Amino acid sequence: MSAAALRVALVGNPNCGKTALFNLLTGSRQKVANYAGATVERKEGRLLTPAGRSLQILDLPGAYSFDAASPDEVITRDICYGEHPEEPAPDLIVCVADATNLRLHLRFVLEVMRLQRPMLLALNMSDAAKKRGIHIDLPGLQRRLGIPVVETVAVHHNGATELLRQIDAQHLPPLPDTHAFGEDLHAEVRALLAATVQMPTRTARIDDAIDRVVLHPVAGLAILAVAMFLMFQAVFSWAQPLMDGIDVGVKWLGDVLTNALPEGVLRSLLRDGLFAGLGGVLVFLPQILILFFFILVLEESGYLPRAAFLLDRLMFKAGLTGRAFIPLLSSFACAIPGIMATRSIQDARDRLTTILVAPLMTCSARLPVYTLLIAAFIPQRSVLGIFNLQGVVLFALYFTGIASALAVATVIKRLRSDRSEHALLMELPSYRVPHLRDLAISLKERAMIFLKRVGGIILALTVLLWFLSSFPAPPAGFSGAAIDYSFAGRIGHLLQPLFAPIGFGWEICIALIPGLAAREVAVSALGTVYAMSGDGDALAAQLGSTIAQHWSLATALSLLAWYVFAPQCLSTLAVIRRETNSMKVVLIAAGYLFALAYGASFITYHTALWLGS
Amino acid sequence: MRLSDLPQNLAATVTAVEALGPADPIARRLRDLGFVQGEPIRVVAQGPVRRDPLLVQIGYTRFALRKTEAARVQVNPGPGSA
Repeated sequence: MSAAALRVALVGNPNCGKTALFNLLTGSRQKVANYAGATVERKEGRLLTPAGRSLQILDLPGAYSFDAASPDEVITRDICYGEHPEEPAPDLIVCVADATNLRLHLRFVLEVMRLQRPMLLALNMSDAAKKRGIHIDLPGLQRRLGIPVVETVAVHHNGATELLRQIDAQHLPPLPDTHAFGEDLHAEVRALLAATVQMPTRTARIDDAIDRVVLHPVAGLAILAVAMFLMFQAVFSWAQPLMDGIDVGVKWLGDVLTNALPEGVLRSLLRDGLFAGLGGVLVFLPQILILFFFILVLEESGYLPRAAFLLDRLMFKAGLTGRAFIPLLSSFACAIPGIMATRSIQDARDRLTTILVAPLMTCSARLPVYTLLIAAFIPQRSVLGIFNLQGVVLFALYFTGIASALAVATVIKRLRSDRSEHALLMELPSYRVPHLRDLAISLKERAMIFLKRVGGIILALTVLLWFLSSFPAPPAGFSGAAIDYSFAGRIGHLLQPLFAPIGFGWEICIALIPGLAAREVAVSALGTVYAMSGDGDALAAQLGSTIAQHWSLATALSLLAWYVFAPQCLSTLAVIRRETNSMKVVLIAAGYLFALAYGASFITYHTALWLGS
Repeated sequence: MRLSDLPQNLAATVTAVEALGPADPIARRLRDLGFVQGEPIRVVAQGPVRRDPLLVQIGYTRFALRKTEAARVQVNPGPGSA
């Protein structure tokens, strides 16, 4: 085998089918990571050409221009210019252009040619171009550009044969000669197109027809509502049996594997620390996979930018962008897939705002806490004859979350020092049927990113919380609950003066600590504190009547308000850390959420006391 | 007239992109995307709220532009010369 692999970079406009071509070339031999110090994804793959040449292919982020407007484009520019601190300039640039959209894509091709590096041009989606009656004079284009030009079809299994034959044909193509080009690249593109391309209609008729319905002010919003309802329903309810299955399965596995061990610290560590943590990580997978399946289908089909188009005005008023809608909606199921879904927001500032407000969406883990408290304290009374007071309170909790997310986004917009206008300027690509291979590869990537980067943190934190709740063990003859004697119990007692102004007793303070692993754990932790045994519904019913006797209504309402805001979920903070690559953002998010939670609980508690409850 | 004032589905031609201020990245980006003199242009759809953003067809491509972005583009109603 020859010494070093040829380093090839795929460069091109967004929506040129570059990643599909990358998937076709490298298949599953891909490595996905982040560029150092950035949240931009770095995708690399390896491949052996038919002639036995070893290639190392880098899929650079899509760019419209080297006059970079986003972190993605900065990476692409720096690598192509050879100015990236860690990534050497590629040996060969494969410039990918959509054959059906050459008017836009060729301008960037000319910009890349100006780099004077060995390159060739791949006209992708050449099958779609032929279908639409677009005729491209390949030899003519090749002659005028002075670089090899090949046709590719990324969605056919042998759609890159020509490209690989060209790479095998010569060591490296000659450097492009750009002396003939004038300053005005648009004029050059027009001249090239006039000489080499025959184009019957401007856009595909099918796109026009679909857009007339999908972007219609009334029909379009109705279609969007149905699509979102289906997606939300799927994430919320289809995932539930799978999540329960994982929960039970991991617990069973933990029991079986640790049964042989004698009762003691090691067994407890493995069962209640390690396996509980493992379950805590895996339980998120169904939601992440189902949500991303929908998002990927919407993205690949070209619908996602249309949804963003319909919603942009509403979201923009609150300092967000149309693209923030899906991540925020997903956060109702769980903030973790929601925050991961912000990757579809290209603008870094918009993305950050979305990540900061996503935890305010009422996730499904808050529901057990809400139901417990509502059932115990809110009477079953009808309001206005048709509504149930318990239902009204639950709705109010959800609504408070949404309203505060919009308010916080508006405040962030006011506070930030960068007041510059960030453009929407979003391309609405042609509709496409999503390709199964590309969906599968992307889905696997998402799952691996979650397991590798977030899973470790969640696992470590669960083990830590296990340690805090189990040690030191109470001495013989200790009358209270074991957790009361542990570090967690002591921390709970220490925190009590801090939480007294919002009406929390030490029992709640203790339950809040294991509740950091996952919000719903607070319910079983309360059960432990009140020295109850049992599981699920039975525990909840028993616990409900106990706390109804022990707590005042003001305390219960205060705890509800706390749960609307508090970052009571370390996994969310872990995913924010991973997605923003910044501890500062995590501290800002945790800080403002705790402050809001404390403030809201304080006001709720004292208003309720004042009203005499 | 400005692209933001162009009635829906009326064919027009770009005459210029005006920069707001000395360094206006949005104006530069618009030019890179093909909003240049002589290019045929058409508003094909408008957002449901206050007709914002606009969906603009230029060349073979469709872009969503907020009205503040579209206001930078000067157009001439009627089919272009280029």
